[in-house]
Amino acid sequence: MGRFADTFLDWAVMAQYAPKIVEGAWVTIQVALAVVITGIASGLALAMLRAFRVRMASALIVVTVDVLRALPPLVIIVLFYFALPAVGVQLSAWVATWLSLSLVLMAFAEEIFWAGILAVPKGQWEAARSTGLSFLQTLRDVVLPQAVRLTIPPLTNRTIVITKNTALGAVVALGEILYQAQSAYSFSYNPSPLLLGAFAYLVLFIPVVYFGRWVETRFAWKR
Amino acid sequence: MILDVTGLRKSFGQLEVLNGVDLKVRQRELVFIIGPSGSGKSTLLRCCNRLEEPTSGSIRVEGVDIMAPGVDINAVRRRIGMVFQSFNLYPHLDALGNVTLALRRVLRKTRAEAEDIGRRALARVGLAEKAGSYPNELSGGQQQRVAIARALALEPAILMFDEPTSALDPELVGSVLNVMRELRESGMTMVVVSHEMRFARSAADRVIFMDHGRILEEGAPEKLFNRPEHPRIREFIASIEH
Amino acid sequence: MEALIRSFFNLDILAQAWPILLSGLWMTLLLTVVVVPLGLAGGLAVALLSNTRNFFVRAAVVVYVDFFRAFPPLVLLMLVAYGLPFLDIRLGAFGSVALAFLLNTSSYYGEIFRAGIESVPRGQTEAARSTGLSALQTLAYVVVPQAARNVTPDLISNTLEVIKLTSIASVVALPELLHAAREAQSLTYNATPIIAAGIIYLVCLWPLVRLLSRFEHRQIALH
Repeated sequence: MGRFADTFLDWAVMAQYAPKIVEGAWVTIQVALAVVITGIASGLALAMLRAFRVRMASALIVVTVDVLRALPPLVIIVLFYFALPAVGVQLSAWVATWLSLSLVLMAFAEEIFWAGILAVPKGQWEAARSTGLSFLQTLRDVVLPQAVRLTIPPLTNRTIVITKNTALGAVVALGEILYQAQSAYSFSYNPSPLLLGAFAYLVLFIPVVYFGRWVETRFAWKR
Repeated sequence: MILDVTGLRKSFGQLEVLNGVDLKVRQRELVFIIGPSGSGKSTLLRCCNRLEEPTSGSIRVEGVDIMAPGVDINAVRRRIGMVFQSFNLYPHLDALGNVTLALRRVLRKTRAEAEDIGRRALARVGLAEKAGSYPNELSGGQQQRVAIARALALEPAILMFDEPTSALDPELVGSVLNVMRELRESGMTMVVVSHEMRFARSAADRVIFMDHGRILEEGAPEKLFNRPEHPRIREFIASIEH
Repeated sequence: MEALIRSFFNLDILAQAWPILLSGLWMTLLLTVVVVPLGLAGGLAVALLSNTRNFFVRAAVVVYVDFFRAFPPLVLLMLVAYGLPFLDIRLGAFGSVALAFLLNTSSYYGEIFRAGIESVPRGQTEAARSTGLSALQTLAYVVVPQAARNVTPDLISNTLEVIKLTSIASVVALPELLHAAREAQSLTYNATPIIAAGIIYLVCLWPLVRLLSRFEHRQIALH
């Protein structure tokens, strides 16, 4: 135990690198927030587009979504960061990470929203259209509100998993927590920063996990 | 002539559900449609506001050909009120919200105007005090009455009822039929598909019997129920009324 | 267009890189075959443990699950791979990956199994016990089979995630598919290997994604 403490709880080293870890935390939060907003918004937009049932558009959406759900996120990040430069597109680590994770969340969100839309009983469409509401109005005021409630549990889970993947950005030198912790570790050859980084993640994400659970119970359908 | 249907045919793939139906409904008439399941009664109703697309034939609502290429189907649907067997109330809105949604979005009324109209519609079906209740807090009969209020609020030219009481517990059927009776008395044009024979006997102007996608016979209730020409109809009525 | 093919779909480079990619694929498969059963077993153990009457055991399980669900897998992997040697625990790349994955996936699988067990009506247990089956037998023959059937979609979904997760092993230099691809890229200065790896992932995982989609729709509709 003493050994463990000496190695992993070297306060001096931790204190030295704490500011860097905090910087990293800031980056993690930024990227995660950006991913959540753009991912869910674009996923919703795609699902709504799919509701129009235009063959070509739907097929395109399905293919895109399938590809993004089948590829490991790290592979997508690596592709954007290391492969694109070959055709002259050099994305920054921030953009590559954000774009990859956002696209992945978009794909999962689209599938979840789409399943939700499909699950709203046909009678709801019929009743609304029978009162003269247009397709778009029906989608927006009657179907989506119900669909969204159905989708909250799977969506919150998936969003949390994907935001934790911001750690993957370290692989392309994005200055988030893991990257800072790793750098600190290589400079000091002391694993304490790694523990500090781990602690930072816990501080950030345990509340998120609980928030997710709260959201799930609050939006549980009171049928 | 509020509703003028001529030669209506509807097929689902190989299955012919409507085999050439003519139906004319005048203002203030209550037309009752009866017949065995699968006879096409519901499909007939649903074609009239194009919830189902007719295969051929013509449908005119207040003189407007609703099958014409450029027709604004949303505008047409405002003129036709539809009440469904399964109510189809919006679970995420309260009763007033259900009734006023189309008023606000389709007729573009202000919230105050819409709520005013909505409350009056709810009062008309006897549910003024339930304006703030959600569908899952209401009984089946109450839900169906809210559905009627929802259709009424748009002041349609004709109200169509697709088996409005079939999903209700027997004790609750009366409350809905009473509302329908009052509507008839106030001069609303109505087409009702239902098995409620007693209601038909007392309230209908005309009863239509459908079988296998065709109108077999139609006439005043007193004639159709007591002296129908087709033996099939006699059998059917006997089986329903025991 | 020419440049595109030369940079991303270069057949010569592909021919060169192919052996490396293939061995990477083997490693990925090996990892999968080791890690998924381990995770499933661990998850089942976690779920069964959370079923006991003992308050402390249940609390410990909750802490375990929340802890490892809040932890980004890559961070966990780095801690295990780089931190443990400081305690003279040397697991090697494969061992570190296996341990990190076990900890991470057992918590996710555990949550899934737990929800599955809860979804089996109490009456089933009562009926089984009434016929004289012991608690263990009831679990084995009556509860777990039904639980597993109820949560099959979630199990498939999580397994898909685990397979995609194997790509992070590339960060600790385990020579799986992504690592092989990146190595090939740096050797040939060409992005084709990475594109090829992406396509291999797609070919292997796309069927699972399609299968999952079908299940997801059914699941959301049943709510």
